[in-house]
Amino acid sequence: MTSGRADQATVQNADHLALAEAELVIRPRPGWIAIDWKELWTSRELLAFLIWRDVKVRYKQAVLGVLWAVLQPLFTMIIFTAIFGKFAKVPSDGVPYAAFVFAGLIPWTFFSSSITQASQSLVNQQALLTKIYLPRILIPAASIGAALVDMAISFAIFAPILIYYKIVPGWGLVLLPLLLTVTVAATLGIGMALAAITVTYRDFRFVVPFMIQSWLYISPVIYPVSVVPKEWQWALAINPMSGLIEGYRSAFFGLPLDVYSLCVSSASSLALLVFGLFYFRKTERRFADIA
Amino acid sequence: MNFPAVKVEGIGKLYDLGKRAQTDSLRAVITNMISAPFRRLSANEASVASEEFWALRDVNFEVKKGEVVGIIGRNGAGKSTLLKILSRIVEPTVGRAVMRGRVASLLEVGTGFHPELTGRENIYLNGSILGMRKHEIVRKFDEIVEFAEVEKFLDTPVKRYSSGMYVRLAFAVAAHLEPEILIVDEVLAVGDAEFQRKCIGKMKDISKGGDRTVLFVSHNMGAVRALCTSGIYLAGGSVKTQGDVETVIGEYLKPNDAALRSSVVSKYGIELHDAGIYAPGASSPLEVVYFLEACEVRIRMSAAQGFAMAALVVRVYDDLGSLVTTFCSCEEGVDAFTLKEPRTFLFGIKSMQLMPGQYSVSVYIYRPHDGQVYLEADAFFRFEVLAAVVPGGMLAYTHQHGVARIVDSCHLV
Repeated sequence: MTSGRADQATVQNADHLALAEAELVIRPRPGWIAIDWKELWTSRELLAFLIWRDVKVRYKQAVLGVLWAVLQPLFTMIIFTAIFGKFAKVPSDGVPYAAFVFAGLIPWTFFSSSITQASQSLVNQQALLTKIYLPRILIPAASIGAALVDMAISFAIFAPILIYYKIVPGWGLVLLPLLLTVTVAATLGIGMALAAITVTYRDFRFVVPFMIQSWLYISPVIYPVSVVPKEWQWALAINPMSGLIEGYRSAFFGLPLDVYSLCVSSASSLALLVFGLFYFRKTERRFADIA
Repeated sequence: MNFPAVKVEGIGKLYDLGKRAQTDSLRAVITNMISAPFRRLSANEASVASEEFWALRDVNFEVKKGEVVGIIGRNGAGKSTLLKILSRIVEPTVGRAVMRGRVASLLEVGTGFHPELTGRENIYLNGSILGMRKHEIVRKFDEIVEFAEVEKFLDTPVKRYSSGMYVRLAFAVAAHLEPEILIVDEVLAVGDAEFQRKCIGKMKDISKGGDRTVLFVSHNMGAVRALCTSGIYLAGGSVKTQGDVETVIGEYLKPNDAALRSSVVSKYGIELHDAGIYAPGASSPLEVVYFLEACEVRIRMSAAQGFAMAALVVRVYDDLGSLVTTFCSCEEGVDAFTLKEPRTFLFGIKSMQLMPGQYSVSVYIYRPHDGQVYLEADAFFRFEVLAAVVPGGMLAYTHQHGVARIVDSCHLV
């Protein structure tokens, strides 16, 4: 037993010696701070733990548990279908309205719940800012990661809906990974920027819910882009969710893909991601002072 | 191999309290933006006084690899700020620090613990937050559980834990970190006495190997003396003394009369005018009290705006910084009171039962039920108890006999 222990200890010492070469310099860093990709890579396990915690805690005390992740989008779909599909007769590009709205709700619910959770993530976990050092980008990123888990559940519910309406997704599905990547990029950008702003200006606690509510109306969740006058569709596409939601629908329902809108939305997603990352990095150093 | 593990060069940290208040809410920023062009016109420019202060200023020191350093100093001396800078939580305003090796800091036990998660889950989460890799946590899991003595409650949410269990588990996780540089803040101040002993033992084990560098902040000079080989004494944001631990503690304990007995005003407008130990009915305070003599502690205070539901708490510390006794106005016959104009509180002592030695007294104002401190006067005054022979006794008790005498008779039956 002793020899085993000793072996382990030597291995570990070697490990530490390798690390000992690492020199950490602490100094004031004015201006913009580059993203430390190496540090983010080494803390990937921590990100996984934080996501796991968020998912676990969310459903821990609820009697229905994870069932909520199923019920919530389902109820929203039913209400929207009744009000907008049946009563208001909102067109749906020839697709049954229930399937149409659900395809929009999948990315939208991910986006809105990510933004809501991420923007509060730093102020709700001040100890992680003031009592310890960790790559702080992980905190809002974990909220978004947890919302991704819910999104996966939504996708799973979507399958029986598609079967019920006898809709067979075509080759468009190959677009899905790209769409998902862009969706996550836009959400990360906005989520991180709002998380950082909320630390400095607590007013954003009240601004964000209102913002999300308004955002729903400028995103084609309950209506198709085709109802918007042609000459204004480019403006709608600046909203990343607009091109993306239409993109998901094209992927699922084999509708013609509006490449132009998708490109505009992807470009604005990328811009938001870069802005979010850099804004976060720039303000990060003050978090512990003001939290 | 004798390169410094930690090298701090000219570190300073400037806080601007005024600026913070100005930018804390969006409304303030907007009104600022609107009023900015007009501000030059207003005659009263001094009203925008900046409340800048240097929490740390020109701090320089080196810590050799394997050294265990105690960082001591009074409240507000900059200890926490220094640790936060070295832990990369806040950025210094000027200067630089170089750390060689894997750093872990422990400024609070149980950072990131989630009350809804079970003990088992929190070990993984907290370990990961502290910087452990998953395989490390797996490898040390049993050891952690054993140290924390929570085997039976591993699958219970930690919100159902007693505070003692919670702290034990949190410390256990942290104690099993294996960094080369460990930064620890006052975490031993929690938990019961037995657990504190266990923690100090564990800390000793951690530092005994000789290749681990430890920076340890504490008010408890006993713990500092037990653990540390050298010390750094911070005062007013700068290093006052650095060197051998005994020398530094000696410097720290040296009475500093200038700092004593100047009145203290808290941010709640409560003012502590004067406090001291007096012979009953006397008008000037005593520097020394004889063992077994009658005396009284007098505290005079007021509150500019009035302060309701106050409770006065007095703590007496020995010369090592260990708490010897506490007394509270509520427990001694004055219910929660309203303070406005200056009043004097008298705590009677029929017979001084503290053993001969040096003591320092801290004064606090609390409100029953909310646990918040509304006035804090750390080491506000000191007194010395001089040896005296117990009536009918032969030899005097001295400081070697402990901190208090609790009996007043002995009979042979």
